[in-house]
Amino acid sequence: MTKIQELYRLAGELGDGRKEELQERIVKAIYRQAEAISGRVVSRHPGWACDWDRRIDDVVTSRLTGFPLMLLLLGVVFWVTIVGANYPSEILAALLFGLEDPLSFLFDYTGAPQWLCGMAVQGVYRTVAWVVSVMLPPMAIFFPCFTLLEDLGYLPRAAFNLDGLFKRAGTQGKQGLTMCMGFGCNAAGVTACRIIDSPRERLIAILTNNFVPCNGRFPTLIALATLFFAGSLSTSLSFMATAVVTTLVLLGVTVTLLVSYLLSKTLLRGLPSSFVLELPPYRMPQVGRVIVRSIFDRTIFVLGRAVTIAAPAGAVIWLLANNSIGGQNILKGMANFLDLPARFLGLDGYILTAFILGLPANEIVLPILLMGYLAQGTLVEPANFQDLGNLLVAYGWTPVTAFCFMLFSLLHYPCGTTIWTIYKETKSFKWTIAGVLIPLAVAVIVCGLVNFVGRLILN
Amino acid sequence: MGFNDGLKSLAELPVRSFAYVVTVGGQGLTRRRLLDLGFVPGTLIEVIRSGPCGDPVAYGVRGTTVALRREAAGEIQVKAAGKGWPGWA
Amino acid sequence: MGLNNPVQLCVTLVGNPNTGKSTIFNALTGLRQHTGNWPGKTVLTARGVYHYKGREFLLIDLPGTYSLVANSPEERVARDFLFFGHPDATVVVADATCLERNLNLALQVMEITSRVIVCVNLIDEARKKNLNINIAVLARELGVPVVATAARTGQGLDELKDLIYAVACGYITPCPREIGYGHYIEERLQKLLPLIQPYVSERRQARWLALRLLEGDESLLETWANKHLRDDSYD
Ligand SMILES: Nc1nc2c(ncn2[C@@H]2O[C@H](COP(=O)(O)OP(=O)(O)OP(=O)(O)O)[C@@H](O)[C@H]2O)c(=O)[nH]1
Ligand SMILES: [Mg+2]
Repeated sequence: MTKIQELYRLAGELGDGRKEELQERIVKAIYRQAEAISGRVVSRHPGWACDWDRRIDDVVTSRLTGFPLMLLLLGVVFWVTIVGANYPSEILAALLFGLEDPLSFLFDYTGAPQWLCGMAVQGVYRTVAWVVSVMLPPMAIFFPCFTLLEDLGYLPRAAFNLDGLFKRAGTQGKQGLTMCMGFGCNAAGVTACRIIDSPRERLIAILTNNFVPCNGRFPTLIALATLFFAGSLSTSLSFMATAVVTTLVLLGVTVTLLVSYLLSKTLLRGLPSSFVLELPPYRMPQVGRVIVRSIFDRTIFVLGRAVTIAAPAGAVIWLLANNSIGGQNILKGMANFLDLPARFLGLDGYILTAFILGLPANEIVLPILLMGYLAQGTLVEPANFQDLGNLLVAYGWTPVTAFCFMLFSLLHYPCGTTIWTIYKETKSFKWTIAGVLIPLAVAVIVCGLVNFVGRLILN
Repeated sequence: MGFNDGLKSLAELPVRSFAYVVTVGGQGLTRRRLLDLGFVPGTLIEVIRSGPCGDPVAYGVRGTTVALRREAAGEIQVKAAGKGWPGWA
Repeated sequence: MGLNNPVQLCVTLVGNPNTGKSTIFNALTGLRQHTGNWPGKTVLTARGVYHYKGREFLLIDLPGTYSLVANSPEERVARDFLFFGHPDATVVVADATCLERNLNLALQVMEITSRVIVCVNLIDEARKKNLNINIAVLARELGVPVVATAARTGQGLDELKDLIYAVACGYITPCPREIGYGHYIEERLQKLLPLIQPYVSERRQARWLALRLLEGDESLLETWANKHLRDDSYD
């Protein structure tokens, strides 16, 4: 007999098959000691300290105000982001696009070939400028707000409130925490699913994390909501845009719950496991530091992505838009090919092409789309937000198109990095593919329906 | 009076009441987690509040607050210590 | 990593979730691990280097755990690292506002390794709640060095670095108090210990392993057996 088997046998014999009881004895002995020590070490000063935690929780988790407060917080954060990002976006756009002409001039001056100038300025530079001016301001405002809530200790309360709903969907409240992380980045959200102990529920959380709009999609939603539903950004219209974005996020949560429910009933059948979550005390965040830090972090992050992803994507898209195969412009060819299915979803061929080419990173979808449109002979050279709206309208966008675009962006499929993370976390091709196909199916169904109904109403 | 008289499950206790843990049932990971969080026999537990959907309930254990579902709380047998702070036994 | 580099000392941070491990990690290494007020913020182990008194330290930020036995992935990571990684020093980060629950983990860590420093963090929060913690008595009761810190403001971090330095370099040898488990378990332990002792350098680790054997913690034993018993498993 091997030694290890002998050890096992002896241990099993000694344990008498009463593993549970032994465990309890061991934990009890340790806790008894911990209790004794802390009894000797910890003393309470006389004096009255108000138990703020409980007072706050009375409001934050109450039956009456718990959910409305969650909604209100979400709405306020979005509103602050929408209103706050508008002005900096304008300035950034004006600044960056103002530099475009001098840059072209510089290229001409140095005698660089025409194609190089086109690729560098109209391809790379323009895409980067779009990414920075559309993405950076909302991120730099949303994240400090979100981090403040996180440091305060609100997230576990949200998970506590939501657990009842998730339980009905066959999973648990910690999925809510992973969704919150998904706001930052879906890849981070997928990794955060490790806090869920049950493998079945973890997998469901991984597969549905995509329904939370991440870093790259959230500003796209805000930009479109601002353009189409808050034209001049008067106060009432900014509320309108906030309502649109909040509705979209709520829709994402609803879809998460529904898909989780369906998965629990079909592919990942099982009963909800347990939900054990510690609710930490509220802590006062270091407000100044959090704001400076997260603005700084986000700026670095967005700029980093702009250089590593948007710049090469800009070059590729310029090449596609300016080269032909067999007399047919490549980009135009792709768009024409995709136009029919896209119309069914309330989009057009260029939009669908942009989503497909935007697979590596969601923040480049909108810039790619603009490049695609602009390459078709320039109707308007958009140098600010208002022009951007006009450009889209000139290409036949209606509010239904905008709404379908936002829905498709919210639902479609995770970005390349996230897909890779899903593979790393699940170590399974099957589930990675499911992580792409499930959202895609949902996106097609929802957009198809909305388009159908929207057209009925509008006509 | 026998030792097991007046035993209830933790899930049955009303909000704002106190009880001592007598046994922790269940098995596997959940049971182990409960023990590690301090739900060991002899511990005083406070039922702090229930969530908006009524289900997860927040319990005060050894100076911390832990949310449990009804199923998990149901595995913990307790002896009620009445309302109000009973002091350490 | 530290293990194949004799100049670099390897230091791990363990502790209950949300006690400020990542905050301490950031303060010591100057890196920017994400922190947040909820249990489970860190799920991946982070590494960072810092220098103190001419020595190089590799600091490892482990995910938070409530114990070292339960079989959730993060607890397994923490446990395997402490048991197999043989860090030069281990800092148990404890939350001053609920010391009892945090000592539960500290005592478990002290069963695996003796090179332990207990860092009572969030001391500012405890003060706000009118709690006073007698650090000297705590150190005496545990048998290891203890330091009170408020990681966010940097209070006590110099002393922590001093202690890490002293323990990792061997200038201080902590001698953690052993936990008595009562007759029933001790009797069984005595029967198992002689069989395990030959494979483990420290008596402390043999005792810990025997306890896990009694509990039937199979995942650990497989890892251990693969490491230590493979060569001579056939008599
Ligand atoms: N007031 C106060 N807050 C602190 C202190 N140290 C950390 N915090 C805060 O406590 C929260 C948790 O800190 P983390 O460093 O993320 O905790 P952790 O131990 O890494 O948590 P996990 O990764 O979940 O295990 C953060 O919001 C910190 O800002 C401190 O000394 N005082
Ligand atoms: Mg951490």
